[in-house]
Amino acid sequence: MLSRTADSLFWLSRYTERADFVARILDATIRLATLPQSYSGERNEWDSALESAGDVDLFRSLYGSANEDTVRDFLAFSPANPSSIRNCIETARENARSVRTALTGEMWDDLNCAWLELKNFDNGMGREEFSRFLDWVKRVVLAFDGSAYRTMLRSDAFWFTRLGSALERADNTARILDVKYNLLLPQTERPGGSLDYFQWTTILREVSALTAYHWVYRESIKPWLVADLLILNRQMPRSLANCYEILVRHLDLIADDYGRRGASQRMAAGMQSRLTAAKITEIFDGGLHEFVTDFLADNNKLGHAIAEQYLS
Amino acid sequence: MAATAFDEMNGTPDGAAPVRSAYESLRRWLDEKPGEFFDTRRSQAELFFRRVGITFAVYGDNETSERLIPFDIIPRVLTRSEWSFLERGLTQRVRALNAFLADIYGPQDCIKAGIVPGDLVYRNPHYRLEMKDVKVPHDVYVHIAGIDVVRVGENKFHVLEDNARTPSGVSYMLENREVMMRLFPELFSGHRVAPVEDYPDALLKTLRSVAPDGGGRDPVVALLTPGRYNSAYYEHSFLADKLGVELVEAGDLFVEDDVVFMRTTQGPTRVDVIYRRIDDDFLDPLVFRPDSALGVPGLMNAYRSGNVTLANAVGTGISDDKAVYTYMPEIVRFFTGEEPLLENVPTWRCREPGALSHVLANLPDLVVKEVNGSGGYGMLVGPHASRQEIEDFRRKLKHAPDNFIAQPTLSLSTCPTFVASGVAPRHVDLRPFVLSGAREVRIVPGGLTRVALKEGSLVVNSSQGGGTKDTWVLDS
Repeated sequence: MLSRTADSLFWLSRYTERADFVARILDATIRLATLPQSYSGERNEWDSALESAGDVDLFRSLYGSANEDTVRDFLAFSPANPSSIRNCIETARENARSVRTALTGEMWDDLNCAWLELKNFDNGMGREEFSRFLDWVKRVVLAFDGSAYRTMLRSDAFWFTRLGSALERADNTARILDVKYNLLLPQTERPGGSLDYFQWTTILREVSALTAYHWVYRESIKPWLVADLLILNRQMPRSLANCYEILVRHLDLIADDYGRRGASQRMAAGMQSRLTAAKITEIFDGGLHEFVTDFLADNNKLGHAIAEQYLS
Repeated sequence: MAATAFDEMNGTPDGAAPVRSAYESLRRWLDEKPGEFFDTRRSQAELFFRRVGITFAVYGDNETSERLIPFDIIPRVLTRSEWSFLERGLTQRVRALNAFLADIYGPQDCIKAGIVPGDLVYRNPHYRLEMKDVKVPHDVYVHIAGIDVVRVGENKFHVLEDNARTPSGVSYMLENREVMMRLFPELFSGHRVAPVEDYPDALLKTLRSVAPDGGGRDPVVALLTPGRYNSAYYEHSFLADKLGVELVEAGDLFVEDDVVFMRTTQGPTRVDVIYRRIDDDFLDPLVFRPDSALGVPGLMNAYRSGNVTLANAVGTGISDDKAVYTYMPEIVRFFTGEEPLLENVPTWRCREPGALSHVLANLPDLVVKEVNGSGGYGMLVGPHASRQEIEDFRRKLKHAPDNFIAQPTLSLSTCPTFVASGVAPRHVDLRPFVLSGAREVRIVPGGLTRVALKEGSLVVNSSQGGGTKDTWVLDS
């Protein structure tokens, strides 16, 4: 396969995954913002949405303060924000257009239709309509991912799409953890108040993890268990551990097919064994924030290694 | 003038004649179905094209960078005997084009024999000195030709233009058929329409047949595109898909020791044949335009060393030049020893003083074309031009007469077409695609019919508001 084709497939999957993530963060934030002022504490949820899903400095250079209108515009529609939902869908579709021969008809159809429909949405809409827009984004990504899963030949083209979405997903999960780490207290500390509880159930629900949480832990929401679920639980599709399982598996498939292993296989395997060996208590001992910061840097390095080895 | 045109369905212009036999059942179908039926189908067709993403870009048009070419659902029909004649004429013409190119880049017998003036070749911007005495595999230069044919009478066809560089439109031929078969399966069960679906297969066979000798290795073919901002990008990706070959951009290729490789996830892979859809000027920045970001440095050396085949060859622009066109009848006779089956449109070469004065005196009745223009840009259609436009053109013409040719306004045949007011005759042309390989010439029956949607208009180019139709060759 052409390196450029692999590169487009990889980024196409990253951008669709990111569109889904940004939509979920916005949805969660709208829920949190509906809390009465006295509950929402000193922090502005719109600031925190920005920190999880956007480039804060870029936002500051374009808008004044972070509020529903400005953050919605920046994260969902702004052409100046490369990670806005609109840009994610447009970039994904541009990538798809440049590698149409590597996509199945269904995948192209999903993305192209989404791109055509995207023109009907702008920030002028009310809250309810905006909610429907976010649902639409999630459905688009589900449909696209489903098409890829159901229709693509199981060959390197498919594997590169899996690498893109797993790497992006790991990055996104780590970002949520990074923004919310101050709410994730170790077991020995005083549990969070009702506000934290509400915030965490909202976040869990938005990443489709609330039911999973109850199923796995059969307990009320405990912040350190939330961290355990999102970092170490291999059954949880969005956890860092599961993302690395996917990365390792698909990098191995590529290496077997090409008959050659390289830096990206070694790095991914190293990350995976560290995640397998880790205990949540140890992670808290070393500092959750430090753990997440290191993880984000390593995840980024793996992205570069994949690019170096295959995409250029 | 439109009143005198031959109508493909009704024959003679006065409408007194009965419907031509090839169109009989199509006419009944049009009469029987209610108007809403066609409205629904037309919007389904549009939806199909939009969803598949069959779009083209119009240069200088920033608002809508992706537009649809209007598609008309009434097919244009040719009988098998009309087609057989065209096929023979096209084969003859393309063989002559290839022989002409082999000659002017080789022994130049046709210049020595006085068939074509030497300065027309040597001073032509499309004559590539880099190609002189370069041996191309099997002497094939134009592997893919799009010959624009117009019909001016029951049995009278003219070649309007030879496209020997990177002719486009074949994806429309294939997709138009696809959408017609989806929308009107009943029409196809009632007509024996010759299939066009094997075009990609014929193209791949043609390309593989001209590969350099690779010592028994299966030749690797790639399609080189300028990228997704090119107006014909959809077609490039469509064809690569149908051919099952990689769609490469310049950045995907590199040359080492005069061999062309593409960058793949498994390292460099050697490329043997490049179906290139970029112009000569942009192929290799070391040889042609140094500012070209589209090109592959070293490609020309690899090509001249015989390590890769380019289709079409470099330097074919000289053969579809509008000034050289005027010599085509002589070129066909000289190289094939036969009388040309397909006539040229009578043409005045403005480089000749006698012709120039005739043209200047008759501008309102003539079509004047720039010798190096294409796509309907830079031409004057006398009968439709304002006085001002004619005077502007007169100045250009006097200033550089060598750059222009002039032709009478032809009464192109018309074909019934859906327009706002219902079904009405509109002028059409035909672009069949002729494939020349190592041993044989292949033409799929049909081609792209382009239709001028504006009443009375003769300009069918998509960039000027033209549309397309499915083209049927009917076996009776």
